[in-house]
Amino acid sequence: MYDKLWLIPLLPLFGAIINGLLGKRFLKSEKVIGGIATGVMLLSFLLSSKYFFQLLADEVKVHEQIVASWMSVGNLQVNWEFLFDPLSALMIMVVTGVGTLIHLYSIGYMHGEAGFYRFFSYLNLFCFAMLMLVLGGNALVMFIGWEGVGLCSYLLIGYYMEKKSAGDAAKKAFVVNRVGDFGFLLGLMTLFWTLGSEHGVWTTNFVKIGENAHLLGTGSVVVTVITLCFFLGATGKSAQIPLYTWLPDAMEGPTPVSALIHAATMVTAGVYMIGRMSGLFAMAPTTMMVIAIIGAATALFAATIGFAQNDIKRVLAYSTVSQLGYMFLAMGVGAFTGGIFHLMTHAFFKACLFLGSGSVIHGMHHAYHHAHLHDDPQDMRNMGGLKSKMPITYWTFLLSTIAITGVPLFSAFFSKDEILWWAASSTRGSLWLWGVGAIAAGMTAFYMFRLVAMTFWGKQKTDARAKDHIPESPWVITLPLVILAALAVVGGYVGVPHVLGNIGGLHIPNYLEHFLDPVFGPAQETYRIAIKEAMAHSLLWEFGLMGASVAVGFLGIGVAIWFYIKSPELPGKFTSKFSGLHKAVYNKWYIDELYDFLFVNPIKRCGLFFWKGFDVCIVDGVVNGVGRVTTLVSSGLRYTQTGLTQHYAMWMVIGVVMIVGFYIFG
Amino acid sequence: MSEHLLSIITFLPLLGMAMLLFIPRDNEPLLKGFTLIVTLVTFGISLPLAFNDVFITSGGMQYTEFVKWISIGDFFQMNYNLGIDGISLWLVLLTTFIMPIAVLSTWQAIEKNTKGFMALLLLLETGMIGAFISLDLFLFYIFWELMLIPMYFLIGIWGGKNRIYAAVKFFIYTAVGSLLMLVAIIFIYYYAQQSALDTNGFSITQFYQMNVPADVQIWLFLAFAFSFAIKVPMFPLHTWLPDAHTEAPTAGSVILAAVMLKMGTYGFIRFAMPLFPEALATCMPYLATLCVIGIIYGSLVAMVQSDVKKLVAYSSVAHLGFVMLGVFALNLQGMAGGMIQMVNHGISTGALFLIVGFIYERRHTREISEFGGLAKQMPIFATIFMIVTLSSIGLPGTNGFVGEFLILVGAFESELRWYAVFATTGVILAAVYMLWMFQRMMFGELNNPKNTLLKDLSVREIIVMLPLLLFIFWIGIYPNVFFDKMNPALENLIMQIDGKQQIAVVQKIDAPKHIEFK
Repeated sequence: MYDKLWLIPLLPLFGAIINGLLGKRFLKSEKVIGGIATGVMLLSFLLSSKYFFQLLADEVKVHEQIVASWMSVGNLQVNWEFLFDPLSALMIMVVTGVGTLIHLYSIGYMHGEAGFYRFFSYLNLFCFAMLMLVLGGNALVMFIGWEGVGLCSYLLIGYYMEKKSAGDAAKKAFVVNRVGDFGFLLGLMTLFWTLGSEHGVWTTNFVKIGENAHLLGTGSVVVTVITLCFFLGATGKSAQIPLYTWLPDAMEGPTPVSALIHAATMVTAGVYMIGRMSGLFAMAPTTMMVIAIIGAATALFAATIGFAQNDIKRVLAYSTVSQLGYMFLAMGVGAFTGGIFHLMTHAFFKACLFLGSGSVIHGMHHAYHHAHLHDDPQDMRNMGGLKSKMPITYWTFLLSTIAITGVPLFSAFFSKDEILWWAASSTRGSLWLWGVGAIAAGMTAFYMFRLVAMTFWGKQKTDARAKDHIPESPWVITLPLVILAALAVVGGYVGVPHVLGNIGGLHIPNYLEHFLDPVFGPAQETYRIAIKEAMAHSLLWEFGLMGASVAVGFLGIGVAIWFYIKSPELPGKFTSKFSGLHKAVYNKWYIDELYDFLFVNPIKRCGLFFWKGFDVCIVDGVVNGVGRVTTLVSSGLRYTQTGLTQHYAMWMVIGVVMIVGFYIFG
Repeated sequence: MSEHLLSIITFLPLLGMAMLLFIPRDNEPLLKGFTLIVTLVTFGISLPLAFNDVFITSGGMQYTEFVKWISIGDFFQMNYNLGIDGISLWLVLLTTFIMPIAVLSTWQAIEKNTKGFMALLLLLETGMIGAFISLDLFLFYIFWELMLIPMYFLIGIWGGKNRIYAAVKFFIYTAVGSLLMLVAIIFIYYYAQQSALDTNGFSITQFYQMNVPADVQIWLFLAFAFSFAIKVPMFPLHTWLPDAHTEAPTAGSVILAAVMLKMGTYGFIRFAMPLFPEALATCMPYLATLCVIGIIYGSLVAMVQSDVKKLVAYSSVAHLGFVMLGVFALNLQGMAGGMIQMVNHGISTGALFLIVGFIYERRHTREISEFGGLAKQMPIFATIFMIVTLSSIGLPGTNGFVGEFLILVGAFESELRWYAVFATTGVILAAVYMLWMFQRMMFGELNNPKNTLLKDLSVREIIVMLPLLLFIFWIGIYPNVFFDKMNPALENLIMQIDGKQQIAVVQKIDAPKHIEFK
């Protein structure tokens, strides 16, 4: 039924190979290259849709497909295999759907770039890796995608390779991700070994892991260690504390890359991975608690940094880190559906926001280019008043911003509300987590409306020579914006909470919960992860908490408008009054500097010491010393070799006397 | 023909060398072309080995040849005894596969005394293949020493500025190890005579049956291990490697990395470990510690190198640390991982040395700081370099991942669990030093005027790289072809080592401790 499943990831790979090999020499035309790249994505999307709807109607919800054997060594038997279930079905819809739109957008955005073919080849390759990640039927096929997306991220962040900052950011992204991968590998090996040696189940297959996870024992040390290791992997890929530092720097890549990789898809891989192994994670309450706390803390922490950034993309980057924190909070309190739901809505509105910022940058760049200026097209302090210049960009951006702030009836309202409700009321949650989440929601509202105000509202602050040359972007750019904005508005209705769905006799079911139930239901049931009894049927609690978080959100919007529209002199006063604090926030709390001090520099110094100190001085010192001693001794002995026959004769006589003497007296 | 296949593969290069002597020394194209043909034919003849399914069904020695060779009285007997199993199979094929590539890489690099260079390459090939397939310990020793001499001259005559120092260091390091091994070999021989075994010369299959008391084993094992550890090289006996690699001509570095280092790991697998299993068990914690130190130490030192060739050389120390860790895990995953990683290292590091060679031929410098922004100037070069770098880092989908993962899984399943945890940090460090090097050379602005005239790879250079790229992906995506033929032999070996270790625990062995010479 799903026998062409392997084509879904392979189509983009095919596109990547064609453009990579032939793009420069033979295809040349941007239309052909962009067409091929977008075309394979569209085909992949259509096939995904077909299978998605097929699965909706299907009785059996979990399908495994073995393509070939990969590694077969003793008890390690790894196949090339795919797993198609509601979770991966939803993910491939997001990846191929948003992916296709961003490919289309890139045709306009990357127009005229020298490395056009290279860009599309990498972008296709990324989609291949991401699809392998979500479709992988065992942890190793997932790991191919897992590291593959890291590689493509590396290549795309470093796309403007002559810029040193781009190269640095690319390397940082890869290395930090590798730290996470270290955790992933350790977790995988511990899992493989424990399940195998103690319970006779040698497997890396997700379905088998799910079926046999209970053998490890709920809350046991080993399961906690395994899940914590996997979670370290997730913090790397999904930019959570302590490994989030690479994501803001990753904004060095072209904007479509930020939208696709660093907002919609790759960075959500960690959330997906936890969802994929929810059976395992549910067994480790300690790990779940750590995940929830780290998630909430990241949501709050990243939001504070978002307050003081002036680069439009950096604000969005910290916003992404913060929103990912929400998803981890959800996973941590057992709201797996909520986490995946927010992953989906976030993919819509954040992709739209990034692409919108790209459209603005594109326009600003155009204007500066026209006026022969070299100002920074990403600095919001040079923007303002763009509302009238770029109406489509503005309206789509505004709608997505409203969505992210959680204004009722927009998509993130539903997903964020579900997360916060679970954070407060789940058997694994607490009101504290809810509180942190709600505050972060208010802060999100503030910095997002600050961004809108600085960019689109008020007076235009662009250089006079350039200000009248900011055009609206072409249709290839605006069409994806419109589609994504529409999804950002209505995307939440697949997961309307029961309490709202039943108002006024409407009976809107929570489709998403129902759809994902075969994946998450068993784990939640087995480990009794649910809403606390006391809150379960209390409308007061549910509406109370909902109202409170919405109110905090509106408060954030209000403060932003007050600060940046009503009295624009306020932010300046504020920052001068708390200049120390502002400086710390502006410099991202000096975390990068701290890591340099703690890890990067000592490691480099270590290397130098080992080389110059140990290798050259000690080991080679000994080796050369032996050589020198030999030389010295032999240059001494050289004097015995005089070349005079009588000397040799004398030594012979002495020798003979000694030997004879030895035999006589010895 | 097939009953003498191994002899033919071994001595064809030597025959080629003899014929080479009749070609006029100034006819360079003919010299190079002829050598290339000889190595290609050798590869072609060895290729059927890869398709012989006997290795899937049996882990024993195949294609064995036995001729009585030197006998002195009735107590000293050396035999010409060859054989190949799933372990040596891939190393022999790696050798015959790498040689034509190495020869092709010399096309423009070697200008002085081409005849001598080519003759030495062929002599080297005979030595390497012979060492991999000798079943007689004495014959092995002869081939082992035979390799040393051509390499010494290759470095000493065609090397870089500091070539004499590097060549002498290489020679002395290796010779010291070899001599200890020779003493141990002779000792075992007499010991075997003493224990009244039905000895058949220096046949290792017979030595395997011997039960040497633990306190004697230790010394013999140490002598062998010392010699092999130098060759691998294991920390802290690695310092000859950076010098030898850096100073050697490209072809020399490629062969050194791809094949000669494997001689050390192979020596452990074939000789040191199965002959002295108890001593191995005793030394295991120390050896594994050295492996882990090698991985981390090699990576850290590689990170701070300013000479790209030295960086690659130090990365070898780290990679070989992984190989040895897998081998010491003494289970199928670990050993198969170690084996495949030997092949991987041959391919990836061989490719890296070729790449360094390409750039050295163009710019006559290897200082990383001299480069920057090359990706723009040489896109094909950049792409190939990137793929090889990723393979060296062990990106899933490339060969490096399969090897590293199996090694780590193997070590994790054995008693070396905690060593594996530390070794896994090598995965992070590899990304650091390789990508940093790549960034400094390939990314950034093309701001050195000398680099603006660089030409991208020629067709010949691309042809040199293509087979290596093919195997990078092949082993990464479908390594079972290799495992199927390697596993039976490894299972045999593990059973043998395990069995002897078990016996040693259960019963005290009654064997003569003091040896009197006849």
